[in-house]
Amino acid sequence: MSVVIIKYNAGNIQSVLFALQRSGVNAMVSDDPAEIQAAAKVIFPGVGEASTAMNYLKDRGLDKVITNLIQPVLGICLGMQLLCAHSEENDTSCLNVFDDVLIKRFKPANNHLKVPQVGWNTISGLRGQLFDGVNENSYCYFVHSYYAAENPYSISSTEYGVSYCSAMQKNNFYGVQFHPEKSAAAGKQILENFLSI
Amino acid sequence: MLTKRIIPCLDIKDGRTVKGINFVELRDAGDPIELAVRYCDEGADELVFLDITATTENRKTLVKLVRDIAMHINIPFTVGGGIRSADDVRLLLENGADKISVNTAAVNNPSLIDRLAAEFGSQCIVAAVDAKYLNDKWYVVTHGGRNATQLDVLEWSKELAGRGAGEILLTSMENDGTKEGFANALTAEVSQAVPIPVIASGGGGSLDHFVSVLKDGGADAALAASIFHFREIEISQLKKHLHENGIQVRL
Repeated sequence: MSVVIIKYNAGNIQSVLFALQRSGVNAMVSDDPAEIQAAAKVIFPGVGEASTAMNYLKDRGLDKVITNLIQPVLGICLGMQLLCAHSEENDTSCLNVFDDVLIKRFKPANNHLKVPQVGWNTISGLRGQLFDGVNENSYCYFVHSYYAAENPYSISSTEYGVSYCSAMQKNNFYGVQFHPEKSAAAGKQILENFLSI
Repeated sequence: MLTKRIIPCLDIKDGRTVKGINFVELRDAGDPIELAVRYCDEGADELVFLDITATTENRKTLVKLVRDIAMHINIPFTVGGGIRSADDVRLLLENGADKISVNTAAVNNPSLIDRLAAEFGSQCIVAAVDAKYLNDKWYVVTHGGRNATQLDVLEWSKELAGRGAGEILLTSMENDGTKEGFANALTAEVSQAVPIPVIASGGGGSLDHFVSVLKDGGADAALAASIFHFREIEISQLKKHLHENGIQVRL
C-alpha cells in the first residue's frame, strides 16, 4: 500500500515514519502534489506553529491539494488543527475541511493548568472504525497548547480543564490531537486501523 | 485526566548507559536500546537520554543512537547533553527525538531558548535546571554541577518559561544519587512559580519518595536512573504503588 506523509516545515515526520515501519509499512515523505494525490493513504503530521505552517502550505499550493484529497487522510496534532476552520494561534485561517471547528488556547488560569498539556491522557466517547479494538479511556500521548472545541465531527473526547475534541472525522478526513506514533499499544492500533480503512 | 509521568533517565557515554553519584564515579549500566525497550514494556511514560560526554566527536554516535532508539520505541523521548544551537536541535529532531533538553547553553546564552521555541515550538524544548544549595539559597549550576552561577533557581525557571521553554527538568544536585528522596520543597516552589510542567529529578530511592514528590512536590513527572537500571524499583511496581496512593497514572 502506498502511504505518503506530507512533507512541510513542521516536525515529527521521522517518528511517524518509524511507527509505520513497525507496522510493516514503508511510507514515502513527499511535498509533490502528484505523489500525494496518487497515494492510497495520506498522513498529515506536524508539530509547530499554525501560521508559519499555513503560509508554507499556501506558498507551495499544498493547501488546495490537501483539501481536495479523496483517499483517507489522517491529520496528527498540528496537522489535525490545520484541517479545522481557524486557530487562535496567531489568528490563523486554516484549511476548513472540518468546517466551523475552532482551535482555542488552553487558559492557564483554569485550575492552575500547565500549558502546554504534556503527557498521557484518556480518550473517551470513541466512535468509528479508527478506534476499532481500542478500549474506552485508553491512554494516549498529548503535547499541545491549543485544542479543538467540541464539534459535530468529534469521534473522541478528552478532558484538560475543559472537555475538548481529541479526534474527529468528516468523510475521508480524520484528525487526532494526540500522537498515535508515540502512544504505545493503543496508538499502534489506531494507526493500523487508519491504514486498513 | 492527565496522568503524572514516570521517566527513566539514561546517561550515555560512548554509546553505553552509565550512572554515577553526583555526576561522578561512573559505572556501566548496559545497552541503552535494550534498556529503553525494557522500560517501554514495563510502562515508562517517557525516556530521557543524556549524552554526558557531549563532545563533537561523539555527536555522530549520538545521532545514530537517537535514530536506533526512535526506531525501537513507541513512547516519547528527550535527548540532552551538549546542545548549543538550532542546528544541533534540528539534527536530533530529524532523527526521531521528540524533545531536546538544554542546560549550560541556555545559561550562557538565554536567548537560545527563544530562538529554539520559535523555530521548533515550545513543546519540544525542555530546559534542564541543575540546582545546588549554598548559603540558604538554591543556585543554578552547570557542566554537570562543576560550575557555579549566580542565578537563583526560582527566578531562572521563570525566565526559562517566559522565553518559551515547554518543560523544566529540575535536578537537585544535593539529592542526586543519594536515594534519600527528592527535593520536595524546592520542586513545589518551582512548580507553583511556572506555568509549564516540572519534571523532578535527583534522589528517588523508594516508592514513597515518588509519591511525595508528585503530591507534596507538585511535580508533573518524576525522573530517576540507577534505581530503574539495576531493578531496585520496577516501573510497573512503582506505578501500581502510585495508583494505590491516589495518584493518576497510566497503568
